[in-house]
Amino acid sequence: MTRGRIWRIPAIVVCAAALGLGSAPDAGAEYGDVVINKRAEKEGMRPVVFSHWFHRIRFRCKVCHFELGFKMRAGANDVLMADIIEGRFCGMCHNGQIAWSAENCDLCHSGLPGLKSGIYGGHDTLGPGRW
Amino acid sequence: MGRASFSVGSRVWLFALSGMLCLLWVSQVFPQERKWLPLAADGVHDPRSPALKQLQEPREALSRLAPDPHVGNQVRWVKALELGQINPRTNIFPETKVSVLDQDIIMSNTGSRPKVRFPHKQHSLWLDCAICHEQLFKSKAGGNNISMLSILEGQQCGLCHGAVAFPLTECDRCHSVPHGVPIPDAIIGK
Ligand code: HEC
Ligand code: HEC
Ligand code: HEC
Ligand code: HEC
Ligand code: HEC
Ligand code: HEC
Repeated sequence: MTRGRIWRIPAIVVCAAALGLGSAPDAGAEYGDVVINKRAEKEGMRPVVFSHWFHRIRFRCKVCHFELGFKMRAGANDVLMADIIEGRFCGMCHNGQIAWSAENCDLCHSGLPGLKSGIYGGHDTLGPGRW
Repeated sequence: MGRASFSVGSRVWLFALSGMLCLLWVSQVFPQERKWLPLAADGVHDPRSPALKQLQEPREALSRLAPDPHVGNQVRWVKALELGQINPRTNIFPETKVSVLDQDIIMSNTGSRPKVRFPHKQHSLWLDCAICHEQLFKSKAGGNNISMLSILEGQQCGLCHGAVAFPLTECDRCHSVPHGVPIPDAIIGK
């Protein structure tokens, strides 16, 4: 072994440690993000992205999952755009009073085309197979 | 040759070791830096969507809240609420009854793992009783056949934990009570 090589091993160890300590979490959606895309894309709109982190800063779970009656299962709520405009589902808040109104199409329809409905950003702990 | 290169080598290793100790110290003294992916690179938002200029970046909101490095949203939501960093609305309709129950349940069917403490207070601050009772859980200590397998399949506690509430990788947060220690003020399940 030459002197040059001996130097490299510890240098690599230090660099790897430094990277390990400063590294970002696994790539992907923010924990709890929900994609709703039963009809949107078929009807020419981007899929809808709903962020739990953003909404739970403002509302407790009980507001949506108890008062407003959102079922706690991604895809279990059959949301139509007409319902929203009439003030149901997202439209119970996105009505120009509690939050901005349904005219802001792009703010909700912001998802990557091709995404399936479901919960994203998980830690792969759903199901013993993936655990 | 052998001798000289050995002493150079050991000096280099000493340097490496002190470098690593230094890093370890830095990571202990300064809280771990949290990083969130920008929306444009998170794999669910379309980078070409005009909304990305208006939507809030997770980093902007979440970096101000109690840290929980590398877990879920990297926010310790229970603490953020306790510390008053956030005060999310409990109801929209004025007539809705908002109830909180301060009662812990201990579940001891955990094999060699520590027992589970289920805290009603931390849950009922976020959730209404009816979200859990009586469909998901019967309101009777020991009255539900809870198992780790069904939790990992996304049922029982796993309905929320692993999806929105802190993930199932955090065993100790549920399995927090050592066997053989008396527990005052808690209801003992089975
Ligand atoms: C508050 C969020 C929100 C806003 C704002 C919004 N949408 Fe939607 N939209 C949804 C959700 C949720 C669905 C259900 C998506 C699905 O199941 O594919 C949906 C579905 C749709 C669909 C699918 C067909 C249907 O009738 O359900 C179309 C088309 C649509 N929206 C168009 C629009 C247009 C045009 C606008 C602006 C005028 C708009 N949306 C604004 C949330 C929103
Ligand atoms: C602003 C409304 C809102 C708030 C607040 C909210 N949720 Fe949700 N939640 C939703 C919507 C919308 C869905 C998706 C429903 C669908 O796809 O049909 C959902 C889905 C879920 C799901 C299903 C995920 C899956 O794996 O299928 C769980 C679990 C859940 N929420 C838990 C929570 C918890 C816990 C909180 C509080 C920390 C919370 N939610 C706060 C609106 C909300
Ligand atoms: C309980 C009330 C409530 C419900 C239900 C609700 N939202 Fe919201 N939402 C809000 C509020 C409040 C804001 C913040 C408005 C503001 O900043 O002016 C918001 C903001 C948003 C934003 C923008 C986030 C950002 O980065 O600025 C999106 C996107 C959104 N909601 C989507 C949805 C969708 C999709 C649904 C239905 C699946 C939904 N919301 C249901 C209250 C609600
Ligand atoms: C969200 C809370 C929660 C988390 C996180 C959690 N557990 Fe559990 N665990 C439980 C509950 C509740 C039971 C059932 C206790 C009872 O019925 O008395 C249980 C039971 C168990 C049992 C007993 C055997 C069985 O299958 O029921 C084992 C072993 C176990 N957990 C291991 C783990 C390990 C390992 C982890 C981390 C990877 C973990 N748990 C994370 C709540 C949790
Ligand atoms: C996150 C889910 C969840 C929520 C929300 C919740 N509980 Fe419970 N509750 C449980 C679980 C789990 C048990 C224990 C069941 C077991 O041991 O098998 C329990 C047990 C109980 C018991 C039985 C205690 C005993 O002495 O046997 C009562 C009473 C109860 N809950 C009342 C309430 C009330 C009132 C609320 C609302 C303020 C509430 N719960 C909210 C999950 C919940
Ligand atoms: C309906 C959704 C839901 C169910 C079901 C649920 N939890 Fe939770 N749990 C939450 C939420 C929301 C929090 C707040 C912290 C968070 O979001 O990470 C929480 C917090 C906790 C905490 C406190 C963590 C802390 O930081 O102090 C423990 C412990 C816990 N859960 C255990 C359990 C156990 C054990 C079960 C099953 C018997 C269970 N949970 C079922 C939603 C749920």
